[in-house]
Amino acid sequence: MAVLGIDIGSRTIAKVVLESGRIIESAVIDSGPNPVARALCLAGDPDCFTTVVSTGYGRHAARTALSGEIITEIKAHAIGAWESVPGCRTVLDIGGQDSKVIRLDINGNVEDFLMNDKCAAGTGRFLEVMARILNLSLTELGHKGGATTATVKINSMCTVFAESEVVSLQANGTPVEEISRALLNSVCEKVTSMVYRTGFAEPLVFTGGLARIEVLAGMIGEKLNLDVIVPPDPQIIGAFGAALHGERRGKDGT
Amino acid sequence: MGDYRNLWESLGMDLEKHDVLCQALPPLFDEIYLSQVDRPQGMNYFNFVIAEIHGLRVEELHTARIAGRKVFGTFCVFVPTELITACDGIAVGLCGGSQFWVPDGEKVLPRNLCPLIKASVGAKISGTCPYFQSCDLLVGETTCDGKKKAWEILNEYTPTYVMDLPQMKREKDLSNWRDEVSRFCEQVEALTEQKITSDNLRQAIHLANEKRRVLSRLYGARKADPVPISGKDALLISQIAFYDDPERFITQTDALCEELEKRIDQGTGVFPKSTPRILISGTPQAIPNWKLHHIIENSGAVIVCEETCTGTRYFENMVDEGGETVDEQMRHLADRYMGVNCACFTPNTGRVDDIVRLAKEYHADGVVHYNLPFCHNYSIEYHQVERALKQEGIPVIKVETDYGEEDSEQIRTRIEAFIEILR
Repeated sequence: MAVLGIDIGSRTIAKVVLESGRIIESAVIDSGPNPVARALCLAGDPDCFTTVVSTGYGRHAARTALSGEIITEIKAHAIGAWESVPGCRTVLDIGGQDSKVIRLDINGNVEDFLMNDKCAAGTGRFLEVMARILNLSLTELGHKGGATTATVKINSMCTVFAESEVVSLQANGTPVEEISRALLNSVCEKVTSMVYRTGFAEPLVFTGGLARIEVLAGMIGEKLNLDVIVPPDPQIIGAFGAALHGERRGKDGT
Repeated sequence: MGDYRNLWESLGMDLEKHDVLCQALPPLFDEIYLSQVDRPQGMNYFNFVIAEIHGLRVEELHTARIAGRKVFGTFCVFVPTELITACDGIAVGLCGGSQFWVPDGEKVLPRNLCPLIKASVGAKISGTCPYFQSCDLLVGETTCDGKKKAWEILNEYTPTYVMDLPQMKREKDLSNWRDEVSRFCEQVEALTEQKITSDNLRQAIHLANEKRRVLSRLYGARKADPVPISGKDALLISQIAFYDDPERFITQTDALCEELEKRIDQGTGVFPKSTPRILISGTPQAIPNWKLHHIIENSGAVIVCEETCTGTRYFENMVDEGGETVDEQMRHLADRYMGVNCACFTPNTGRVDDIVRLAKEYHADGVVHYNLPFCHNYSIEYHQVERALKQEGIPVIKVETDYGEEDSEQIRTRIEAFIEILR
């Protein structure tokens, strides 16, 4: 029978259904104003699964409703990334509300990790807010940023202050491509400094919603002087890891 | 709590604002403390102390002051309270653990400052802490820049005496500190109109050592697995040690320890055997700052020791009781305090050694380095702490957080992930 992994994040909810180690279904939806209700809706009938494992920001709230197990998103991403890229030693995950760097040992166990503090710098939320000011979607912001190598600098890490910097840059006629590049660069600076602080080893896997912005992955790789590996569907890695955890627990009989 | 409104009014308190504070504490205490299972019977006394937090003890201070005794408010483990006790004065640790006082503190202090300092100053200037209101003298020290400058502001409200704590531990610093202790002694003698004698100082040193002994006994019980008392309860006792009547505190804590030792003999505890064990190291946790302990103990781990000012730094190392003359006793006193390994010293390698030693003694599976925001000394020292622990193969994580609740969920995620590593 199938195992369900569900990752309830601040911006999106991802689900993965596994059967004998194979993904038979996956989906990503917006979290909306009531993430737990949406998660339950996305999960469907919990009785259809032998095990349900929740992870992400909403895991505690979902546990009661789904009567399953919970693991942290750190563990979930570690398991999911290790399965997607066997032998990987570092996971960089940039989600809607937080970014994290996870260092794995040679067996794929979490050795150390670092999460951003309570502010939005270096998260998907930061780019989302900025894209809105520029009247772009996140994908468009990525394309615009990729279309130039010219560098202006956004000095402020703070989302609120960075917003006024963007407005000034727009006002003095800086091309939107350059502003987009600068914003991607700001995220890149913040997360690579976290990677340095955690200490990292190759291969490095990049997961989460922002991993879909190809140019950002390239910029991070350049900064760290390595090849950043992005799995085919980076947004479901947490849910995938949760489901894998459930499947393994089932096998252990624990 | 009984009716103390007349008393509070006589202390010049803002009764209306104080009512808001008094209403906030009981539900918080219920949720964090009374909801725990299998608590030792001996905790009833400490529950009572909290229920009477701004009542009974404040009344005792009031009665003592009417009888001519003086009350000294202290903030730090470096103040040699033995001198106060010897002169028949009373030392009380002062408040500063609640977000409630922070906005008032920010009226006169910059926002980018340690919450402990903001809350302490806020507690005084808002007139909502009866302990502050009961003090004849506040005793500060120079352990950090924030406090150093805050004394100047507090001095506008209550006379504040400052002890100059050296920042290094060379021979000349030690001799300077001995001199500071003597100067403080003169100050205490002048205010209390009493004279230090080798007799009253001997008794005072013995009493303070007894308090250290009983806290040490309490912490010793936490080395057992399963652990007979929660980290939250042990922290509460440590916090209460700062302001309770010392003799009563010693009797009650000894009684509790007997119960804990029986539990150890029977192999019973408050968490299942082999629950992941955490050592907290870092900055102080003043009442009612129970945030980190609550998150950790609700995430499947137990706290077995605090290497903090509200933990081992408060009670480790006794004062040598062998002194015959006042001079000798004063020197032993100063030397004991200089042995405290606070991050305000440079270098401070002794603290790193302490943390590694305590992690082993208490069989800790991991260390959580707790840092109040803007406490740079501890924050910077984390670098050495982390390196030493990693060399020993002991996992460590740094948590920097103030008294607000808005980051609780993020901290919970990090703590849960840390505990996943320990399992």
